This record gives sequence, C-alpha cells and structure tokens, in this order.
Amino acid sequence: MTTGIHRTVETVWRMESAKLVAAAARITRDVGVAEELAQDALVTALERWPVAGIPDKPAAWLMGTVKHKAIDRVRRNVTYERKQEELAREEQVHSDDQPDWDEALDDPIGDDLLRLIFIACHPVLSADARVALTLRLLGGLSTDEIARAFLAAEPTVAQRIVRAKRTLAREQIPFELPEEPELANRLSSVLEVIYLIFNEGYAATSGERWYRGELCDEALRLGRILAELAPGEPEVHGLVALMEIQASRLRARTDRRGRPVRLLDQDRSRWDRLLIRRGLKALERSWAMGGPPGPYALQAAIAACHARALTAEETDWIEIVRLYEELARVAPSPVVQLNRAVAVGMAQGPAAGLGLVERLADEPLLSQYHLLPSVRGDLLERLGRMEDASREFEKAAQLTRNEAEKQLLLERVEACRGQIPS
Amino acid sequence: MRVMVLVKATPESEANYMPTEEELSEMTAFNEELVKAGVMLDGEGLHPSANSARVSWSGGEVTVTDGPFTEAKELVAGYWVWQVRSLDEAKEWAKRIPNLGRDGAVELRPIFEADDFGEAYTPEIRQREDEIRRQTAK
Repeated sequence: MTTGIHRTVETVWRMESAKLVAAAARITRDVGVAEELAQDALVTALERWPVAGIPDKPAAWLMGTVKHKAIDRVRRNVTYERKQEELAREEQVHSDDQPDWDEALDDPIGDDLLRLIFIACHPVLSADARVALTLRLLGGLSTDEIARAFLAAEPTVAQRIVRAKRTLAREQIPFELPEEPELANRLSSVLEVIYLIFNEGYAATSGERWYRGELCDEALRLGRILAELAPGEPEVHGLVALMEIQASRLRARTDRRGRPVRLLDQDRSRWDRLLIRRGLKALERSWAMGGPPGPYALQAAIAACHARALTAEETDWIEIVRLYEELARVAPSPVVQLNRAVAVGMAQGPAAGLGLVERLADEPLLSQYHLLPSVRGDLLERLGRMEDASREFEKAAQLTRNEAEKQLLLERVEACRGQIPS
Repeated sequence: MRVMVLVKATPESEANYMPTEEELSEMTAFNEELVKAGVMLDGEGLHPSANSARVSWSGGEVTVTDGPFTEAKELVAGYWVWQVRSLDEAKEWAKRIPNLGRDGAVELRPIFEADDFGEAYTPEIRQREDEIRRQTAK
C-alpha cells in the first residue's frame, strides 16, 4: 500500500515539479533555493500522504506547500527594506490562515514557467550547463537520468548543475521575462537548448536506447509547452514543427539490424502520420504569422516537403532548393550549402550538384565532416564515375565515428569497385 | 510513451446527450490543460452506436450489423492520445478528467511500440507487418 502511495507521490511531483520550482523561484528569486524547496515538498508529501491519505487535489497541495515553504524562507532571510516590501506583497496574497488550494493552482503559473525556461537557458551559462539545468528544472529529471542520457559521469553532471546555479546567483540574473531588444537573443538560446536535447536523442549512436528516446520525447514536450506559453513567436512553432516531423521518422530510420536507412530509402509507411499531421499544423501556425521565416521554420518547411511526398520520387526538390537558398541567406553555414548541393543534385541532376560541392572542398569547417565526401561520392556514383566515387566513400568511412554508418559506407565502396570496368 | 485513453460510452452518450455549457467549458479547460502540459497529441468524440456499424466474422463467415448496439459499457464514445512518461502519469491525468454524467469510465491503453515485442518480434514477423503496412498505405 505504502509503495503505491509513494509511486503516486513521485508521479504527481514529477508532473508538477517545473511549476513548483517556477512558483518558488518567483517568491525567493533564486532558482537554486527554489529547486531545493520543491524537493522539500516532495519529502513532506512522502511523509504525510501515507499517513493522512492522498489529498483530493494533490497538485494543489504540493503547490500550496511549496509556496508556504518559499514564503517562510524569504521571511527568515529578510535583511533589508526592499525585501520586506516584497514580503508584504506576497503576504497579502497568501495571508489566509486557511489557504485556498484551488486559488493556488489557478495562479497564472504560465509566466513563472516561462521565466524559468528563460533563466535555465540563460546565455551566461555554457551550452552543456543550459541543457543539464533545463532537463533538471523543467523536465524534473534526476542527475542520474541526465548523466545516463548524455553518457556522462553522474558527479560531472551534478557539478555542472551546481555551478550553473551558482553562476546565476553570482551574476544576479533576475527571474524576469526578457524584453526587447534582448528578447530575440534570449529566445533563440531557449530554442537552441531544446533542439540540442532533441538532437542528442535523435542522433543517438551509442548509449542506453531507452534514455536516448526519452530525450526526444522530453524535447518535444518542452517545445509543445513553450508553444502554448509563447504562442506569438513564429520560431517556437517552427522548432516544434521541425521536431514533430523529424520524430515522425524515428521508426523508419534504422533497419532491422539497427543500421541507418537514408531518408530516400526509408519505408514511408512506417512514418508516424500523427506526428506529421501535428508538424504540418505547427508549421502552418508559424507561417500564418507572416514576416520573413526564421531558420527553424525554414528547416521545418524542408522537412515538410519530404513528409508530404508519399514516395521518394514525388519529392518537390525544386521547392527544397528554394528553401535551402533562403535558409542560406538567413543562417549561412557550409553545412546548409552542402545540403543545398544535395537538393540541386536531385532537382537539376548530379553534375549541377557536384559543381556546388566542389566549391566547398576547401571549406575548413567541413574538412573533418564525413558527409562532404559522402555526398560527393553519391553524386560521382550517379555520374558513373565509380572509381572516384569509391575513393570518396572510403574517405567518408574513415571520418565517421558512427560504426553502423561506417559499415554502410564501406559497402558502398565495394559496390562502386564492383562496377569499375576492368 | 503514448497512451490511448478510451472513453467508455454511457446511456447518455448513446442517447446523443449534448453536454451543458458548463460541462463543455469544464471539458475545454481540461483539454487546454493537457495541451499546455504537452500531453495531448490527439482526441475526438465518436458518434453514438446508432450511427455506427459492426463487421464481425466467425468460421469464415462475415456479418455486417448496423447499430445501435445495446451493451453501452463495452462501447467507446471518444478517445485521446496522450504522451506521458509513465502509465502512472496517465492515471493521474485521468483522475482529473471532468466527470460528465453520474457514472463514467475511461480505459488507459498503452500504444505498442515496436520494441515492446522484444524477442518474440522476430525479423520475419516484422517483415510481414511491414508488408501489411505497405499494402494499407496504398
């Protein structure tokens, strides 16, 4: 019986933990302290519920408990006038001896949650720290879970989180929503963190499968929550669209032996239609807001071109080329240029694509990137230049760190060699 | 994990009972909460069985029966698809569903992922399933 209640406590706490931390942070103005208080509330619930029974509204109970703990903490720490004024304001809100649990739950928690996302993704923190702190504070993941997902040692992750919290306190980062002109920069940091989490799961090449899959789910969950908290931001919907559509292919991107399957070779009947539908809807929402599309909306639009094609042959490559050109203007990078070359190779033929790839040959950022020789090999193969193609695939096989991909590339080396006229 | 939440039919839902404005706004608020939490992926209500049909087979014989069907408790009146982190989490969300009518029930059914089949899901079965998927996709 007690174990059952413990499980309920832990489940409810995890569902509510981000909101609890956010509410406590608004009162204490310190996310480190806020997280500690949310943990305290969990401990209190674990003690009380088995004795007194599960409250009617467990989420509201936790929220009320956390707020009281937070106010207590502030009261104890009051050292100067300004804080006292703050406290007076808080007390006015929470002065009832009989707290109204319903009201506690109905507080506009959305803004607090948004503040928490912004602070966890603050640019003053390193990318690693932002990712770890976001998973901890917004996802309610334990240090151990984060460590497993990122194949890191638990103490390393724990350290990272402690340091991040310290940095936020030291730099006196306010628990506020950023305003223009800072907003754009802060928002892009948030989107970057969510997409990093998603990609860590999506590009999983090693590690425990279960935890990696959870990362994709977690990133999607955060993205979907953010889309409701900041519905007026087109790039938020762009990112959600991109993740939904990419996630729709998760089942199809490896074969039965776990080897990667290229997009055009994937069995499209295994694509998840529900996620595609959701992705296209999010993209529409982003597009409908007008203005020039940002990098996430453009990448989502490209992904959508593939999602809409029922067979690989039906892909609208001309539109994809156009979108890559726009993406290259908005977010120029050699990787985007390489992808554009692939699209041109499909829209206008391998010779046109190869021309663009050759221009990237001396690009230092791509010198160790296995996809450059891999793409070149692909185009050469289609031009019938098997000897050159096999050499490129070999180069790519040497550069990739993914064992399955390496095998695939070596097979292509052999296939090309087999077709060289002797 | 994904859970399909099957909302069981009731005499009211079978009689095409339209919820009051208050009930409707409660349900809308609950759905909004699900969306805000990133939980709700999909969800629809279903027509009463009077507008439905059943196709059954027995010993090679196929029978088509038009609704209504009598056994309300075994019928489904609507569904959600939820993205949750555990079945326990789905249970907690389900406890928060506004109670429409005096009696009601939902069934929480985790959706199979390919990996759930484990060892029994041999490459051969997988291949056959792929074939079926390919055919149904046409």
